[in-house]
Amino acid sequence: MIAVDRITKSYGTKRAVDDLSFTVQPGVVTGFLGPNGAGKSTTMRVILGLDRPDSGNVLVAGKAYVDHVAPLHEVGALLEARAIHPGRSAYDHLLALATTTGIPRRRIGEVIDLVGLTDVARTRAGAFSLGMGQRLGIAAALLGDPGVIMLDEPVNGLDPEGILWIRTLLRELAAEGRTVFVSSHLISEMALTADHLIVVGRGRLIADTSVDELRRTAGTSMVQVRSPQAALLAQALLADGVTVTSGADPQELEVTGLDAATIGDRAFAAGVVVHALVSHEISLEDAFLRLTHDSVEYQHGTLAGTEGMAA
Amino acid sequence: MSIDTRTRPEPSATPSSSAAATGLRAPDDVARLRVTGPRVLHSEWVKFRSLRSTIVTIAVAVVVIVGFGALAAAVVSGDLAQPSGPGGGGGDGHGFGGADPTSISLAGMTLAQVIMGILGVLAVTGEYSSGMVRATFAAVPRRLPVLWSKAIVVGAGTLAVAVPAALVAFFVGQAVLGADANAALSDDGVLRAVLGSAAYLAGTALLGVGLGALLRHTAGAIGALFGLLLLAPGLLPLILPSSWSETIVPYLPSNASAAFTSVTPTDGLLSAGAGAAVLVLWVAALLGGAAILLRRRDA
Repeated sequence: MIAVDRITKSYGTKRAVDDLSFTVQPGVVTGFLGPNGAGKSTTMRVILGLDRPDSGNVLVAGKAYVDHVAPLHEVGALLEARAIHPGRSAYDHLLALATTTGIPRRRIGEVIDLVGLTDVARTRAGAFSLGMGQRLGIAAALLGDPGVIMLDEPVNGLDPEGILWIRTLLRELAAEGRTVFVSSHLISEMALTADHLIVVGRGRLIADTSVDELRRTAGTSMVQVRSPQAALLAQALLADGVTVTSGADPQELEVTGLDAATIGDRAFAAGVVVHALVSHEISLEDAFLRLTHDSVEYQHGTLAGTEGMAA
Repeated sequence: MSIDTRTRPEPSATPSSSAAATGLRAPDDVARLRVTGPRVLHSEWVKFRSLRSTIVTIAVAVVVIVGFGALAAAVVSGDLAQPSGPGGGGGDGHGFGGADPTSISLAGMTLAQVIMGILGVLAVTGEYSSGMVRATFAAVPRRLPVLWSKAIVVGAGTLAVAVPAALVAFFVGQAVLGADANAALSDDGVLRAVLGSAAYLAGTALLGVGLGALLRHTAGAIGALFGLLLLAPGLLPLILPSSWSETIVPYLPSNASAAFTSVTPTDGLLSAGAGAAVLVLWVAALLGGAAILLRRRDA
């Protein structure tokens, strides 16, 4: 488990993370979502003790990261950009990390096999493609067989096969009871991988919700109905929480608050002919954009007077 | 947490989806996992020896130490064979005419100090420029063991190479100089000068580690190293009032070290023991400053 408690971090006059709190639970994949520059990487560096927050604190598996006797066994992390010396082979890179904590050498071979770098383990990492570098970073994250796995934009540079592989891997790691925390700026990717979402914008928490919930919170699904008796149908459908609007075409209705099946049932009960019944789900992209967009506006309104930000 | 005991079904070219393979869940394995000083030291040794650039740099330093010593000896011995003799005019333009045989055979040290210093700088700044430092400090979040281990590995590594290289350079140089113009290791101050020169190389490598850790930037740290070792001794007397420069200049690392790397003491410089102490203080100050910043700064 990762517990982030009211952390704030500024670089110069730029506030990267602003009073951010959330917890990441074991057993599920938690997506860390936000546009570029929202403070995701900063938060991850603070969790690992690489950057010191101006205020607030973070507990990983019940302790500050720096207080763990075997940190690589507690948290395995892939940070943004490469954290690999280009002159060193994949094997030696992992050996240097493993040695700090007494991780046995057989484990190095295991993780190299696991990420599919067996054939190039002795090659200088500088010759690696972006995707291979990413795989090596993931191997390093898994090296200590940690209970918490934290990956910053892991699908960057991976080919479709690799992306599929990492989705499966993350789900398996979570199914084993580990805490899996994965950042991305792509809601579409997170929708396929994550169960839970921490959404941030401008360093602030926007939503701490499940993927399903985000769909519900951000916008309801909408049903397009086509009927020659549109006015009659509208009367039959209207109720609390249901909105019916008609556009330029008088036979066309847009209904929110009812699903397609219910609309069909009501039409049948009312004896109304229906020619088309199409359910449109508000895409997660739309929902995400709406969410982050709102927060940006909200911030403009509330922060302008209280903070001397050099925006 | 369950144990994933599956083995990989796929061939090695395709990544397995088995999350942890055999993993490290056996209680015996887990009980042994712990960051310790010796383990961090071992890790730094792995990093040091696993870079081709380390090996190449050290090889170049050895060639420079032995080769330049032999070359200088050959130049001087050619000169000595002429009728004008040692100290007689020296119009040939070489700089070894007045030097003692030990210094001549150690002529490569001036260049080697820069090479070793750069090796020390790169041991640290290479981690920052590649981003490796974040992986390093994630593995060792207390950070300071990394700095001490780097200093020990770089210091001991360069010393282990510099001592034999200096001895070889000395013997080769003396052999080239010939029986009537050379020095023996048992002569007064000669052994100290040879070993002192080797120790000075390790010292410059440590200065490089300290500057690298302070500045975290390759070009900046190498520039500072050049300034400290090569430029400051010549430049400070020109820009400072003479009373100041006479006080300061002997305490610069290169001048302080000249007190124990040469057989014959130079006027105006420290004694051998004081010179060694001053070099140690330089190294301690730079590494100490780096340690304080290392704990405070974001990685």
